[in-house]
Amino acid sequence: MIDPVTGSRLQFALTTIVHIIFPVMSMGLAPFLIYFTWKDIRTGKAIYEQLRRFWTRIFAVSFVVGTVTGLVLEFEFGTNFAAFSTTAGELFGGPLALEGMMAFMLEATFLGIFVFGRERVGNVLYMISAVAVGLGTWLSAVWILIANSWMQTPRGYELATENGQTIVQLVDPVAAYANPRFPWMFVHMQNAAVESVALFMAGLGAYFVFRHYVWGYPVENVRFWETTLKFGLVALLITAPLQVIHGDLYAQHVFQTQPQKFAAMEAVWETDSYVPEYIVAFPTSLEDLLNPRAKNIFGIGIPGGASWLASHGDPQATIRGLEEFPGPQPPVAIVFWAFRIMVALGFWFILLAVWGGYRWWTGDLLEDDLLHKALMASTPLGILAVELGWIVTEVGRQPWVIQDVLRTSDGVSPGLTAAEATATLAGFAVVYLGLLVLYTYVIVRIIRAGPPDVDGASRQESPETPTSEAGTDD
Amino acid sequence: MTELTMPATLAAEPLFGLPLSDLWFGLVFFIFGMFLFLDGFDFGVGALFALRDDADEREQLLSAIGPFWDGNEVWLVVFGGTLFAAFPAVYANLFSRYYLLMFAILGALIVRGLAPEMYEQRHDEAWQRWWGRAFVVGSLTAPFFLGMFTANWLLGATTIVTLPGVVVGLAVVALTVVDGVAFLRVKTRGDLRADLQTDGYRALGAYLGLIVLTLGYVYAGVPALRSSLFSVPVAALVLATLVLAVVYAVATKEDRYYVAFGAAAGLVFALVGIVAGLMYPAIDRAGGLTVETAIVSTLPLNLMSIGAAILLPLVFVYFGVLYSAFSGPIEAGESY
Repeated sequence: MIDPVTGSRLQFALTTIVHIIFPVMSMGLAPFLIYFTWKDIRTGKAIYEQLRRFWTRIFAVSFVVGTVTGLVLEFEFGTNFAAFSTTAGELFGGPLALEGMMAFMLEATFLGIFVFGRERVGNVLYMISAVAVGLGTWLSAVWILIANSWMQTPRGYELATENGQTIVQLVDPVAAYANPRFPWMFVHMQNAAVESVALFMAGLGAYFVFRHYVWGYPVENVRFWETTLKFGLVALLITAPLQVIHGDLYAQHVFQTQPQKFAAMEAVWETDSYVPEYIVAFPTSLEDLLNPRAKNIFGIGIPGGASWLASHGDPQATIRGLEEFPGPQPPVAIVFWAFRIMVALGFWFILLAVWGGYRWWTGDLLEDDLLHKALMASTPLGILAVELGWIVTEVGRQPWVIQDVLRTSDGVSPGLTAAEATATLAGFAVVYLGLLVLYTYVIVRIIRAGPPDVDGASRQESPETPTSEAGTDD
Repeated sequence: MTELTMPATLAAEPLFGLPLSDLWFGLVFFIFGMFLFLDGFDFGVGALFALRDDADEREQLLSAIGPFWDGNEVWLVVFGGTLFAAFPAVYANLFSRYYLLMFAILGALIVRGLAPEMYEQRHDEAWQRWWGRAFVVGSLTAPFFLGMFTANWLLGATTIVTLPGVVVGLAVVALTVVDGVAFLRVKTRGDLRADLQTDGYRALGAYLGLIVLTLGYVYAGVPALRSSLFSVPVAALVLATLVLAVVYAVATKEDRYYVAFGAAAGLVFALVGIVAGLMYPAIDRAGGLTVETAIVSTLPLNLMSIGAAILLPLVFVYFGVLYSAFSGPIEAGESY
């Protein structure tokens, strides 16, 4: 039996980690789908109809799985974190309700038209549906991140007593909801979603291009996959550098507003100046491996690097160590490594983008098999980076569910039994693993089936004419 | 940004002196009703799916709800969100008290949501047989558990499995079938449309019987609710249920599909109205919370009210656009 607190935390972590994949796919695909639909309507070219229809199928499956897994998250605030919901409901419930009314309704209703209605509605309404679906996915992130950013940097509230319970009372909605953390989170998240889909597209396109040109298997619709690869690369060239730039600024914001999380990200135990930026760090004794308080660390680092990054250019800047924060600490090793791997991936994506862009420019994008392999291997890495980013954000703020206001352990439903928590955790482990397998299976099937045949499609064309006007006219 | 301050009156008193706590009580139940009506016909279609073994007819059933069900299910998300925003303590109490039941609802909705999407992904017999079964099971269990949840909420039950919970669960399943038949008779034609008539009558009979049982139980077994049962609104809604049932039966017989569909909608809202009427002024009997004690404070309540007043009419516009884009019977071979 797992105790209710641990069980609830694991369950929320598990359901969030799985759920986030599907909104990342739909948020990241949204701008592509809007563009493909626009070009399909304006030019009538077969390639755009194929792109629109193929990626709409992937979007639709992601949306359905995202809906059913997201519903669980909304309910979990009530089932497993009832104390949190009672305490913070005044501030936290509003954004959730508005997400449903403003974003989810827009997305779900117009998705019906977007997926099923091409033959039923005119071009204008069809285009409006594409934009509405995309807008809905992004607005959804707005409200969720408004709620989440308030938990990271709470503002605009007072503590009050109601029905014998301490609750967080909203006093200044502008301070609460136009929260200082929100813009950082939103830009970083949305750019990450587009970057993840760009990597997915580039990797997928590279796979078929590789099969066709390097291995010499005849691939149907090879022009479609070349175009997909190019769209992925263009989006990656835009998003990858941005992600690292505002990621750096975001980390400085964390340093200023959540010093405990920053200390965990950098594994800084004792307050110090001239703190090195560790590339690698290990506790020096085995006993310290699982001890978040471990102080004896062997590391390879850049002297003054962490201070320099945190303070925007001063290697002498002081960083407050974890010892300054009484009580439980976040699991430092998880936060430290998740942060490092995420940052490393961010730089790898820039390298990929530049490499691919260079090969495209020199005209041998379709021949560089090493690049193809690198892109193929990187297909899921954007989503991995998003997962790691959320682990830094959510694990890094532990033990707090609302920073400096409410501990996670105090937010769990008071009446929850170990048996209930264990049963649902086990159930979700099975169901969510099954969902992941099923989703992967369906996506692979859609990919293997390839784009639909449309009039004038490229499959009749000779594969020896790889250049396409389609991917290069933007 | 932070120099901006809200007008002081927003924090001081409810907008225009409106009885906002009561309005939100009504709104939460109205949204629940929208969910039960709209997703109700999706559930009903799932139940009727079990009774049809012709592959073409099954495709027609799925095509009928295809463009709609995502939007319909969002009403449940909005129900959860508005309950959380307006009555956070109730949201927390109910969902944690009926912990395993909530997860049963979620499990049913996961299965029901995935099944039609998966069914269309492959066209071999074994795959479609299993996802067809999943669709039926999800469509039957989701309204059943939702009915149990509603009964437990109303009666303030402290355990999950109660006799009235089971009876109301079955009643809600029957009601979704009534709803599903009415919807499909608008959306299909030919033999399928004609065949559904009998299913509709049977489900309606079952629903009325189960509702009589439930009201009898409330009268005999729950003295605290007896006076509410004879209050004007509740009595009127019970009477309205009978009238709507007659309208449904007659309209179905005379092939007036939209009238029958309207009557089915009326039956759903009458049921939700009866529950709300019996419950008021309490909102969480077992937790000892009334509408007045559970409502959030004035500032967030005013803000939510402004938000809902702007957004809900917009939502009706979206639904109007969607349902008019796909109005009338489905055409053969519609898909993406």
